[in-house]
Amino acid sequence: MLDKIKYSLKHLTVGRVIIYIFLTLGAIVMFFPFYWMITGAFKTYFEVTAFPPVWWPSSFNLDNFVTAFNMAPFMTYFKNSVIAMVGSVGLCTFTTILASFAFSKLKFPGQHIIFGLLLGLMMVPFEMIIITNYRTIIDIKIYNTIFALIIPFTSSIFYTYILKGFFDSIPDSLYQAARVDGCSNWKYLWRIMVPIARPSLVTIILLNAIASWNSFMWPMLAVVDKDLRTLPFGLYAFVSEGGAETQLMMAASTIIVVPMIILFLFARKQIVNGVARGGLKG
Amino acid sequence: MSTKTAGKKKSLSLGKTVEPYLYLAPFAIGVILFTLYPIVNVVLLSFKEGYNFITKDFASWGIGNYLYVLKDAYFLQAYKNTFMYVFIVIPISTCLAVVIATLLNQKIKFSGMFQTAYFLPMVTSTIAIGFAWRFMFNYKSGVINYLLSFFGIEAINWLQVPQYNFPALCIYGIWAILPFTIILLLSGLQNIDPMYYTAAKVDGAGPIKSFFRITLPLLAPTIFLVVCVNTISTFKVYNELFPLFQGAGIANNLFTVVYYIYYQFRVKSPARYGYAAAAAVLLFITIFIFTMIQRWVEGKTKN
Repeated sequence: MLDKIKYSLKHLTVGRVIIYIFLTLGAIVMFFPFYWMITGAFKTYFEVTAFPPVWWPSSFNLDNFVTAFNMAPFMTYFKNSVIAMVGSVGLCTFTTILASFAFSKLKFPGQHIIFGLLLGLMMVPFEMIIITNYRTIIDIKIYNTIFALIIPFTSSIFYTYILKGFFDSIPDSLYQAARVDGCSNWKYLWRIMVPIARPSLVTIILLNAIASWNSFMWPMLAVVDKDLRTLPFGLYAFVSEGGAETQLMMAASTIIVVPMIILFLFARKQIVNGVARGGLKG
Repeated sequence: MSTKTAGKKKSLSLGKTVEPYLYLAPFAIGVILFTLYPIVNVVLLSFKEGYNFITKDFASWGIGNYLYVLKDAYFLQAYKNTFMYVFIVIPISTCLAVVIATLLNQKIKFSGMFQTAYFLPMVTSTIAIGFAWRFMFNYKSGVINYLLSFFGIEAINWLQVPQYNFPALCIYGIWAILPFTIILLLSGLQNIDPMYYTAAKVDGAGPIKSFFRITLPLLAPTIFLVVCVNTISTFKVYNELFPLFQGAGIANNLFTVVYYIYYQFRVKSPARYGYAAAAAVLLFITIFIFTMIQRWVEGKTKN
């Protein structure tokens, strides 16, 4: 026991102490807005307007959440966010798997030209085409419906590029062998490729789900009905239209952020690795 | 017999040529309808003068939209603000991220806890956590002004006085972009062969010296990549404006390039789709130039 303490003391040099102090201070700064938001959600009106600030709410009750839910249909917003996320991520994953397989394992005329063109298109910011996409959803009559939040996001060049990269790393000899055994492309893709690529697929799905959950610009343009708003847009409207008090604003914000915090705690490694490998979708 | 096999062969090869396109079809529909077509369309739209959104009629072809936009004070302000935002946020966040990533890369305890704290902003809604920042920036009861008071700094009206809006936006922007930057740099650090550090230790180099002599030079390509990616993403700053300022700020002093596009076709009445399209094309040209510079430097460093 004494040896152990002596050992760890010997390794606890001044340098390491400085590292820990610096990292802890940084972590406090980075985490502080979350702390402030969540505790703010439990404070009373007097506590959020007090100066000097109140660091800890006097009681933890759900009053602010109840009030916020009564003032705006957050349950509906939540439901819309979930539908838009499941719909767009589900369809996008399907088209991504098929297209990555075609680009990685199948041979067809124009393959390289098409893929090169797609890489070029990846540079185009969504913000550039938002006006004409707005025009399109009106023309195909899905403006102001839940489909307006799903249909434009059923294909992703970015995720296809990432998944194709992973498919490329699966040796072709496996594919040739399966083909010789009479396995169809379709069967090979779903029975062999997809299970092997599961870690990559999980990462893509997670990144896509996070992006969908947090998206703000498009839902703000694509729907007008209150019943069709997603959470970030609903929250923004709640504050800007209703002039909600700070503690209610914090309660509503907490509702949006907490599911992603939970997701991050469970899948931190996959999310971090995914971001490190491919970067985020711009 | 022979005709039968020939027929079979033919259908097989036909299947081979058609099949890949069937796999591509669902993906291609989305790309063509919501990426390719809108690009062509936005470029055409930017040259249509007097476009009517309802009837789709327009007065004439021409560069009138560009001439208007390039002379519009809000557009010039948007470019100035956006460039300033990039020039402030990128260097500060990159420097901070290099230091934090280097420290996180040491053998430390509680690294999971540290990582969670540093990376959490990446997965959270810009709007929701932006409201938390709005609360923190509050003039009368904000925690930031409270902490500043310990340094003898008088309360700053971050959100309501125009001259303080921009610093507040930058502070929030730096905080928000740090996680992504740290993650990319951390993965760059993990690719550095530990042999170099062992050798440096043998030669008696201290941690500061090995940071400047080994870490920084070997990390340079990753730093460059991060700077490029972040430049493009911060150039599109837009969402951050809404929770803090509900748009371009009370004095309309916080226009950014993307906000200008939004302003022309959503805030302004009647909406000016042509102006928005011209601004969108100019945004693309700017980002294209950034990307070309990135490729050019990458190509040069490889040789």
